[in-house]
Amino acid sequence: MQDIPRMLGRLATGLALGIALTAAAMGVAQAEVVLRRGNGAEPATLDTHKSTGVPESYIQMDLFEGLLASDPEAKPIPGAAESWTISDDGTVYTFKLRSDAKWSDGSPVTAEDFVFSWRRLADPATASQYAFFIWPVKNGEAITKGEMPPDALAVEAVDQKTLKVTLRAPTPYFLSAQLHHALFPVSKANVEKFGADYLKPGNLVSNGAYTLAEHVPQSHVKLVKNPAYYGAKDVKVDTVYFYVTEDIDAELKRFRAGDLDATYEMPPQQIPWAKANMADSFRAPAYLGSYYYAFNLTHEPWKSNAKLRKAVSLAVDREILVEKITQAGELPAYGFVPPGIVNYQSATLDYAGMPQKDRDALAKKLFAEAGYGPGKPLDLEIFYNTNDRHKKIAIAVGGMLKQKLGINTTLTNQEWKVYLDARNQKTYKDVIRVGWIGDYNDPNTFLELLRGDIGPQNPAAYDNPRYNELLSKAGRTADLQERGRIMTEAEALMLEDHPIIPLYYYTRPLMVASYVKGWQDNILNYHPTRFITVQK
Amino acid sequence: MPTDLSATHPNQPVPPIAPLPAPPRPVRGRSLWADAWRRLLRNRAAVAGATILVLMALACVAGPMLIPYALDDIFWDAIQAPPSLEAGHPFGTDANGRDLLVRTLHGGRVSLMVGLVATLVSLVIGVSYGAIAGYAGGRVDSVMMRVVDILYSLPFMFFVILLMVFFGRNILLIFVAIGAVEWLDMARIVRGQTLSIKRKEFIEAARAGGVHGFAIVRRHVIPNALGPVVVYMTLTVPKVILLESFLSFLGLGVQEPMTSWGVLISEGAANMEAAWWMLVFPAGFLAVALFSLNFIGDGVRDALDPRDR
Amino acid sequence: MLSYAVRRLLGAIPTLLVILTIAFFMIRLAPGGPFDDERTLPAEIEANMKAAYNLDQPLPVQYLRYLGGVLRGDFGPSFKYRDFTVNQLIWGGFPVSLRIGGIAIALAAVVGTTLGALAALRQNSGLDHGVMALAMTGITIPNFVVAPLLTLVLGVHLGLLPVGGYGDGSWRNLLLPVVALALPQIAYIARLTRASMIETLRSNFVRTARAKGLPEGTMLRRHALKGALLPVVSYLGPATAGIITGSVVIEQIFGIPGIGRYFVQGALNRDYTLVMGVVVFYGALIILFNLLVDLLYGALDPRVRYD
Repeated sequence: MQDIPRMLGRLATGLALGIALTAAAMGVAQAEVVLRRGNGAEPATLDTHKSTGVPESYIQMDLFEGLLASDPEAKPIPGAAESWTISDDGTVYTFKLRSDAKWSDGSPVTAEDFVFSWRRLADPATASQYAFFIWPVKNGEAITKGEMPPDALAVEAVDQKTLKVTLRAPTPYFLSAQLHHALFPVSKANVEKFGADYLKPGNLVSNGAYTLAEHVPQSHVKLVKNPAYYGAKDVKVDTVYFYVTEDIDAELKRFRAGDLDATYEMPPQQIPWAKANMADSFRAPAYLGSYYYAFNLTHEPWKSNAKLRKAVSLAVDREILVEKITQAGELPAYGFVPPGIVNYQSATLDYAGMPQKDRDALAKKLFAEAGYGPGKPLDLEIFYNTNDRHKKIAIAVGGMLKQKLGINTTLTNQEWKVYLDARNQKTYKDVIRVGWIGDYNDPNTFLELLRGDIGPQNPAAYDNPRYNELLSKAGRTADLQERGRIMTEAEALMLEDHPIIPLYYYTRPLMVASYVKGWQDNILNYHPTRFITVQK
Repeated sequence: MPTDLSATHPNQPVPPIAPLPAPPRPVRGRSLWADAWRRLLRNRAAVAGATILVLMALACVAGPMLIPYALDDIFWDAIQAPPSLEAGHPFGTDANGRDLLVRTLHGGRVSLMVGLVATLVSLVIGVSYGAIAGYAGGRVDSVMMRVVDILYSLPFMFFVILLMVFFGRNILLIFVAIGAVEWLDMARIVRGQTLSIKRKEFIEAARAGGVHGFAIVRRHVIPNALGPVVVYMTLTVPKVILLESFLSFLGLGVQEPMTSWGVLISEGAANMEAAWWMLVFPAGFLAVALFSLNFIGDGVRDALDPRDR
Repeated sequence: MLSYAVRRLLGAIPTLLVILTIAFFMIRLAPGGPFDDERTLPAEIEANMKAAYNLDQPLPVQYLRYLGGVLRGDFGPSFKYRDFTVNQLIWGGFPVSLRIGGIAIALAAVVGTTLGALAALRQNSGLDHGVMALAMTGITIPNFVVAPLLTLVLGVHLGLLPVGGYGDGSWRNLLLPVVALALPQIAYIARLTRASMIETLRSNFVRTARAKGLPEGTMLRRHALKGALLPVVSYLGPATAGIITGSVVIEQIFGIPGIGRYFVQGALNRDYTLVMGVVVFYGALIILFNLLVDLLYGALDPRVRYD
């Protein structure tokens, strides 16, 4: 309670800023353009170095700008850096910052800010969950592990506007990783001035197209246009609201009532309805995600019985699953890495070209060869976390396995943390539902999940030394084409072992009002507000 | 010491002459319960309610055997299909193409059982606990009620999660989990009634007559507190049935493909515009069951009230 | 009575301590921790996280540290909502929950007892049956059906009221959540009132009062209603504590920034400090309202003594 005077102080600053901004806005004769976005869960934190969630990242994308930024199609374009050079061995990056890049308080964005921010990300004292984003930089990993001091990070401010970064190995995705919030800059002066309170509205200065005006927990985050942003004259939307919309049914209703201009997602059971009744607003672009079931390879019958795994995999009719159950235009999956990744050709299961009728026949044959059949039925438990979509899919897959192979399927759902515990400890019985959304546009964000040495993250406990070796080899390969080929080989090798049943590649069903212009569908679902206009 | 106090109904103030004389004749009057039962049978609304409830329970138990589909049969060509007799789905199908009639009947088995058993558990614990606390008074009451406060405040979700972690999934745990929270309100209500009842003349009389404390609670206090108890019980049943669907969310309740009315209704609520039948049929069954129960409850209450004779 | 109240308030301290202690150890037994997520963390990073929140220390040390914080009025930082302390979250959301819940429970108490009493006075009349049928309907339809139905009809289709959001807390934003919260409570209270009112109307003291020729209205106000309210008051104590601390269903459906969802979200996220904060806060309210109930007993029924 002794905080009250300080809070009042901050409120006063906030009000003053608000009035100043309002006055500035009123100076322009035009009416205020407002965009109201549904944004899912309450942001856990707006701190770019500490947050891990998608809702946070959408807000941070408007507040901050990394060295590179996302264009309307989520392709990297110059951001705070106007140009860069890469050394021939691919390990030294030299970024030239824009001369007109400014923080919202008018001070320049400097190379020193980046040095400070990246050290902060690596620093164990920050306790960042995404600290590994800095590990490609030399000494980054050692710093997070507490073996080196933060200032040992191989990032150097050559002059006020030149940043030199030395990597420990060539990292082809280092440039596209700059779109990730973990590598965004924060203002050194600002963080040092306010400490932990630098994120409060009124305190926070940002270098993106917007600044933070309000943060009401469980209600909304309000951003207003940043007049100091170098591209401010092209920014059409004056005010963005990111509403907390934890209940997706309620979110859709708010959209329909005209209280939201875009939603965060769609209730799966409303998709057919939306397609029929609100076709001009409904969108379901491809999304960089893979939905699959993993076998528990730590014990029999799954551990050493690839035939059985293949039989089960064959019997799942993906076409029916996406057409009748998920219904959001998902692509049936016969591989692990979703299509649409640059320099990568996804591998597919050998039976992908076979009609389902033949797959079913082959499934029955393999199932019998594996020693199962009417005389010796198989019990199989599908384990998933509580969620409407996962439930619908599990029911459908369970039905197919029962119908085609006579497998006695049981379904078990658990809340999220219990589910994670079972996945990490491999205490689920047979099959677990897994989904993965890529962190960056690279096959590695998927393929590394099934490495034998990645730890509990590997949902199947799959461990094939050759697969591990191929991925390591790809990591050492600087040539992007060659690297892609090696990874495709690894993916194909893994698919033949059937540690997982790929089900579908994600789409991102959501609603965007037809008067919202400039919202371009893309695989990462990045939609920086600065490219959006509202034309009612 | 009186040998049969039930001959004089507890609600009729015993004349303040103590100790009571032994009944002059060894004729046993009709007992409270037999009397109440007779009166209950004369209450038409209660009998109708009971009949409907029994029929409904029978339909839920036997019905699924008469329908040619199992509760997990999927009709791939009838995903979320509206009710149609020609198609063979009089209640329509759910989002996975499963017949809703079979599922509603199956759901009824779980919900009716949970509703009755968990309510009885909460009734037995709540009434005895509340009556003892209220009657004993003083420090005992104070401590017992603080225990209730504590149990009220503990995070229910963790209680459920821990039950599951330590004992695995088990239908009995549903009753334990629900019974464990629902008796708290009951105990408070009964205690409140007891505080007032125990100052009444007939209790004083019985005490002066040397009747043991527990016997007083059992024979005089509880029967006199039954009115609000029966009503509160009819309020507990719907609570319990809906709470079960929350347990399913946490993984403790029934699991797919099994279902319950609570689960069906929450699925239907999320889909009420596109597939009204998914909400209307299970909710209708639940409503009819609860209304019937309510009539029975009112009937029981009236039957237990001697002044209605 | 004052000394009784003071004694009870002092007695609340050990009760709260027991609540705090059991809850503290109970929530640590549940599988999963606050930092578990889809992506498992490298061991070193997880160690850093735990160190930052003192989770690397032995449990008894954490407990004492936490207890020390609570005694100073500090519930610690939220593990999930890292920009806020638990105090900020609770004091930010509680006024909203209190406002909506307070209006709802007051509305429910007034409407519920009135309807219940009227039904009891005209027992078995059309009015009685009508009120009780309405009450039963209110109890039968859960709020996760009522709330979306209200928003769908009044918000989406008729466009009369906002579908969600708290805005500046105007009546337009409050109306639907208050109604959805109050409906089942009205139903409960009406039924409880009716039952005990019928009971009271038949009791000797009411008969005596009637025999004395006391006007019906006076008799009702002075005697019958008072006695009839006992079970309602028993119910209202914990119900009020529950409702003014928010409802997760109502808050999520209407997008209300209250504290109700912290009970569920906090538990699902294993946000230990946030859960502890709301549990202790709720425990204190439960104790407070149950004390008020016990004091009201004395006011309503002179036979009840404080001993």
